Amino acid sequence: MSNTLEIKNLNVSIGDKQILKDFSLTVPKGEVHAIMGPNGTGKSTLAKAMAGHPDYEVTSGEVIIDGENIMELEADERSREGLFLAFQYPMEIPGVTIANFIRAALNARLPDDEELNAPDYYKALYAKMDMLKIDRKFTSRSVNDGFSGGEKKRCEILQMAMLEPKYAVLDETDSGLDIDALKIVAEGVNSMRGENLGALVITHYQRLLDYIVPDVVHVMYDGRIVKSGPKELALELESKGYEWVKELAGEVAAS
Amino acid sequence: MSESSHAENPIREAFARHIEDLDTAPFWWKNAKTESYEKFESLANPTRRDEEWRFATIKGLELADVRFAALPSISDAAALVERSNFIEKFSGRFVFGDDQTLQADRLSPELEEKGVIWAPLKEAVAKHGDLLKDYFMKQEADLGSEKFAALHQAFMENGALLYVPKGVEIEDAFVVYNWSINAGSAIFPHTLVITEDFAKVKLVEANLSATEDTAAFSCGVNHIFAGVGSTVDYTLLQNFNEQTLGFQINSNIAGKDSNVKTISVNVGCRRYRSETHGQIKGSGSKVEMLSLAVADNEQEIDQRTLQTHSAPHAVSDLLFKNALIDNARTIFSGLIKVDPGAQQTDAYQTNRNLLLSGTAEANSLPGLEIDANDVKCSHGATTSQIEDDEIFYMLARGIPRAKAEELIVYGFFEEILERISCETVAENARQIIQSKFKKRQTK
Repeated sequence: MSNTLEIKNLNVSIGDKQILKDFSLTVPKGEVHAIMGPNGTGKSTLAKAMAGHPDYEVTSGEVIIDGENIMELEADERSREGLFLAFQYPMEIPGVTIANFIRAALNARLPDDEELNAPDYYKALYAKMDMLKIDRKFTSRSVNDGFSGGEKKRCEILQMAMLEPKYAVLDETDSGLDIDALKIVAEGVNSMRGENLGALVITHYQRLLDYIVPDVVHVMYDGRIVKSGPKELALELESKGYEWVKELAGEVAAS
Repeated sequence: MSESSHAENPIREAFARHIEDLDTAPFWWKNAKTESYEKFESLANPTRRDEEWRFATIKGLELADVRFAALPSISDAAALVERSNFIEKFSGRFVFGDDQTLQADRLSPELEEKGVIWAPLKEAVAKHGDLLKDYFMKQEADLGSEKFAALHQAFMENGALLYVPKGVEIEDAFVVYNWSINAGSAIFPHTLVITEDFAKVKLVEANLSATEDTAAFSCGVNHIFAGVGSTVDYTLLQNFNEQTLGFQINSNIAGKDSNVKTISVNVGCRRYRSETHGQIKGSGSKVEMLSLAVADNEQEIDQRTLQTHSAPHAVSDLLFKNALIDNARTIFSGLIKVDPGAQQTDAYQTNRNLLLSGTAEANSLPGLEIDANDVKCSHGATTSQIEDDEIFYMLARGIPRAKAEELIVYGFFEEILERISCETVAENARQIIQSKFKKRQTK
């Protein structure tokens, strides 16, 4: 099926331990889906395995972007196919400036004999930085080097805005953010919402979903989705707590 | 074993021919060469037990694969001259191919009038004998390659002589291209820079191979004599092909209040040995010794340095940075030596290595030997590994692995590249590094 991000029966292990168990989920383009669940349930594993992290062994299953299975591709190829992962813990890359980093990522998407037009590039970069309230001086700073938690997360969203992915996975983008930073990040994401983007927002807390209001909420436990529903499900989960999730998981397992 | 007695010592045989071919050269020149040859033969080949050759690969240094025979004539001279285009605006340019002069761009009449000398050594032997008698090979090799310095003097036949008289300041750089052309060839690039009081000059040397697949040998020497208050800026771009065995034996003498900056950019060679000696002989002088190397595959880059402070109130600042990929090896061995009289010395020595693979090997041997009591000296060596997660982060943005490595390496080298005073040369250095990563991407 085209125009969807489809995760089909994904099984993922780290070492001997199976983390994702026949995980399946579909995000149509234009929608924002949230995945909530307790710690250790496999949310970050899902994000990293989709992006192609070498530590995560995909034993079976597919991730299909607009009809194409990307699981046979290298991590960089998956990104160029239109999958974006906003990291929970963005890496510091000493000596590589944000401007050069994003430029390299954009150049990698162009044919071999083409280069970005520098003035156009900076114009676009500054516009997105202004939107995310990132000081323009940051362009010449090394990627995430010495950034605060909030700065790192805004830098992730800046990259997302510049790369214009088809599908984005936001892995605990709210962690470590105060409410002001959270609002800025959420505004950035909301500005990109629309028919050209599907997003999967992974979070432990309902708070983020006040600002990035999802179309669908999925509850994850022990490597699989145990319940899906409208945005109100997040509130229900918040009030009933994760103990409720365990009960749901029991029902799924029994059925 | 060969039956002919000549063939048992092909290097001596080649030397005899070399001297024969020099029949018009002055006696003192040929005599010095003969003495050098005998010195070469009398000195033992290095062994790994020698402190100065610790960690180095010794195999191959007996030079059995090198063809010292006369080289065939050069057919594609015009094309090589065309490729000798790193700098458009220069004060003078020599293009050498297998030590033959392919192109000599001479001084402007204005500089000539001021007494500047810019001559191929082949010519200078006859025309500037007195100058050469005072300065040619007058800085001892003392970091392990005495034998190869002697070989250099025995066989060298060309190079560049640059003499800048008192008070003459020259903005545009002088440029020397040394092309290695024929398979098995041995070349002996030589650059000699002499500045009188308060002169100012820049020299850029580029050591290159005409093609990628010719195994060759290069044994080069650069000597700088910086007079009182003078400024010498020397940049060496070494991008021989990865079949080449290269030696580079460099030394400078910094006079009172002089500024000497040497920068080496090392990208090529299968195995490369560089020796750099900063001799701080004048008080108040400042010597900067900078180097960057990017090594991949099975490359070995072996660097030995010495900062000798024999005058007070002087500064020396050494920074050698190496990036290693695949199974590459580097060796950095450096010593700061401060003589008893050299009070108020500021001397720094830093070696930083960046490993981009788990199988690369960076060896570091920093050292201090201080006989003065009022000095500031520091030395340090660090080796760090690029973390897999850093690479993954870049991959996750769609940046291919080789490009990711390239970006990280550029970032690592930037503090050296930004100290290259001529922006065009810095740009050339970046391009040489980039061409290496391009090769990796198409592999």
